[in-house]
Amino acid sequence: MLRYTVNRVLLMIPTLIGVAVLVFFLLRVVPGDIVEVKLRGDGGNVSQEVIEQERKRLGLDRPLVTQFGEWMFGMAKGDFGISMWTERPVIEEIKLRLELSLQVALMATIFAVLLAVPMGTFAALFRDTWIDYTVRILTIGGLSIPSFWFGMLIMLSLLAFFNWLPPITFTPIYVDPWANLTQLVWPAMAVGYRYCAVVARMIRSSLLEVLNEDYIRTARAKGVYEKLVVSRHALRNALLPAITVIGLEFTFLIGGLVVTEQVFNLNGIGQLFVQSVSRNDFMLIQGMVMLIAAFYVFVNLIIDLLYAVFDPRIRYDT
Amino acid sequence: MKISRRTALQGTAGAFALGLGGLNFDFTRAYAQAPKVKRGGTLNFAISAEAPHYDPHGSDTYATLHFSSPFYSTLLRYNLAKFPQIEGDLAASWQASPDQMAYTFKLRPNVKFQDGTTLTSADVKATYERLRNPPQGVVSTRKATFGDIDTIETPDANTIVFKMKAANSSMLDHFASPWNVVYAAKDLAENPAAPRTKINGTGPFTFVEHVKGSHVAGKKNENYFKQGLPYLDSYRGIFTLQAAAMLNALQGGQVLAEFRGVSPAERDRMVAAMGDKLRVEESSWTLNLIVAFNVEKKPFDDVRVRKALLMAIDRWGGSKGLSRISTLRSVGGAIRPGSPLATPESELVKLPGFSKDIKKSREEAKKLLKEAGQENLKFVLWNRNLAMPYTPAGIFLVDQWRQIGVTVENKQSDTAPYLAALRSGNYEVAVDFSNLFNDDPTLALTKFLSHSKNPLNLSRANDAEIDKLYELQLRESNVEKRKAHIRALEKRLFEQAYQQPLLWWHRIVLTHKTVMGWQMSPSHNLGAQLEGVWLNT
Repeated sequence: MLRYTVNRVLLMIPTLIGVAVLVFFLLRVVPGDIVEVKLRGDGGNVSQEVIEQERKRLGLDRPLVTQFGEWMFGMAKGDFGISMWTERPVIEEIKLRLELSLQVALMATIFAVLLAVPMGTFAALFRDTWIDYTVRILTIGGLSIPSFWFGMLIMLSLLAFFNWLPPITFTPIYVDPWANLTQLVWPAMAVGYRYCAVVARMIRSSLLEVLNEDYIRTARAKGVYEKLVVSRHALRNALLPAITVIGLEFTFLIGGLVVTEQVFNLNGIGQLFVQSVSRNDFMLIQGMVMLIAAFYVFVNLIIDLLYAVFDPRIRYDT
Repeated sequence: MKISRRTALQGTAGAFALGLGGLNFDFTRAYAQAPKVKRGGTLNFAISAEAPHYDPHGSDTYATLHFSSPFYSTLLRYNLAKFPQIEGDLAASWQASPDQMAYTFKLRPNVKFQDGTTLTSADVKATYERLRNPPQGVVSTRKATFGDIDTIETPDANTIVFKMKAANSSMLDHFASPWNVVYAAKDLAENPAAPRTKINGTGPFTFVEHVKGSHVAGKKNENYFKQGLPYLDSYRGIFTLQAAAMLNALQGGQVLAEFRGVSPAERDRMVAAMGDKLRVEESSWTLNLIVAFNVEKKPFDDVRVRKALLMAIDRWGGSKGLSRISTLRSVGGAIRPGSPLATPESELVKLPGFSKDIKKSREEAKKLLKEAGQENLKFVLWNRNLAMPYTPAGIFLVDQWRQIGVTVENKQSDTAPYLAALRSGNYEVAVDFSNLFNDDPTLALTKFLSHSKNPLNLSRANDAEIDKLYELQLRESNVEKRKAHIRALEKRLFEQAYQQPLLWWHRIVLTHKTVMGWQMSPSHNLGAQLEGVWLNT
């Protein structure tokens, strides 16, 4: 197990280097120049001389290999460079938004898991009954309705029925828990509904499969209580594919909530991503891609390790 | 001989005041029973974009002004109640020499920066030296506008004299520009780039915090040099990057205003939702969209083709339809319609592309295309990927040109690739835009200077006649003679059909009725200081 973990951790390094090379050079192929967007994007009548000076100041006139080398060397020291738009450290720009995005992702995950596990389990246990049909209708709804649209419905309903909207600026949970939760519970619900639907359907189908396995029949034949059969033998195994989905969805939520963040005016990673792409802020895009890639790699590692916890048949050290 | 401030204004910006009747203001605010001013409170308002930095000298986006203006002062500024009249901000008085070769400003006494130091003429000098000759590492986006200044002298702590190399009829407008805020000389001496990240101004508010991606906050400047101002205790400018989020916030009362402008559809939605709680103010806008033909690409090197395409556009009819669904509205030439130096409608309709007899105009356009051998012309129209108003403008143009047998693809790109294509000259026809903050003709006409002088001329045409007329209007102090030069330039520009304004924008600003004292103007770059704003709650 330890050897496996160390191997997986070491494999993260070439993966991340590959991502770094790809993102750096692919971005340079994209047409457009951040300096022009910055100085001429709003109709500014700025001379070419000023544009060139600014490019030089930002170091964009240097050879690509030099820029790449500096960036990689900086990352090795934990320095992701300076945003070319705001001229503040990339880490600072991301850190500010990461807190909010992480919290929404966590809240949505808790919301989704708390609902999905019982929903999926009962739907499987009471297959083809009204319980199953209700769960299936709710989950199909969750899969069909885009999160941002559900978010808009929530916002408009709050406005129409209560003439109230959640706070528009972010307050960290340690500063004012009530203000924080009243702001973030709505987007967490909006994205959590779809998330919950995905996980519930996964649990239902894998539980149905597991319930037909030989070892379940054996357990029942031995006279094990049905509750124990379901919770200890069936659900434990049925959760394995759901864990993968939960992990991937969680990582997706860190940077993929672009439209939902816009609907709720959240200052999250998704909005920052879109802004930096539209501005050609290469340094910031690179920093965020690396962050999200690292998250994916890390979450995958955790998922693989969790497999061992839930499924004793898996022996990573053999 | 020196002349008074009033006389100087009559010669230049004061001339605009004569034509105030022509301004297209359509305010709905009721001033009849002005309630008594109430002090205190916090104004939350929306800013639809976030400034990349705090330095207006190096910026061209309103986002920087809506962020930074409350913290700073300028030498002069526009009196928005009598726009485009100019009034003093830091300057208590000023004089222009009759030949416009010197401008002398007397500063208000005892003006304090946020850090407690007193403003002197040395601060103004340092500011303008930075603007006209930025040191290494500093961007001054309007550097060229100060090219006519020869020297800046400070005979005493409260007097500053600008001596000119050549007369420039637009100088007072430059001194009143909201971008040219005054910094402390000592800050600039320590680090000329400091204003990008540090705020130390003499404005009505002092800086409290900027939470990236969230908001900027300011509080009342207790040492503000204008007695009794500002009225508010504090304010928060909240970044709402999506129109839908901004409108929801406005409806829900989380913000009480957005000072840039909304579309007619957004206005109608909010009026329906909020009824008499909402104030709607409207004005013509100092923004326009321009159609530009790249003369380096065939067949747009042929004036007949360019002219035919302009003549096919029914601006008058288009104005009626587009103004219902977009921010486009007024038909005008190179200067904002309704402003004092604009070409009146009676003259405008005689120019190519502005005829009200669109049937006849299109027949002529077809003839011109036939003569040029381009009856089945096809091309790509480069446009920005912004819904308002670029998308409706692009669709409108495609349809207009279809009616003379021309096939056009409306290619909408994000700002970065759009600007990259335009810079490289890799386009045939483009939708360009002009973002002005006043009606100064020099500012508006710079766009049309020869490409060799101004690379932002998207037609890429070089025309010595236009350059000559531009220079003549710039140096002319007599208003009537200046008008004549502007008319001649416009005629040349439109006859050659290099580029032409499509329509001018219309500004609609929504505020809660509790927000008082804010002044509407034709530019969203003006009036962002908030010193006279108060809350009637």
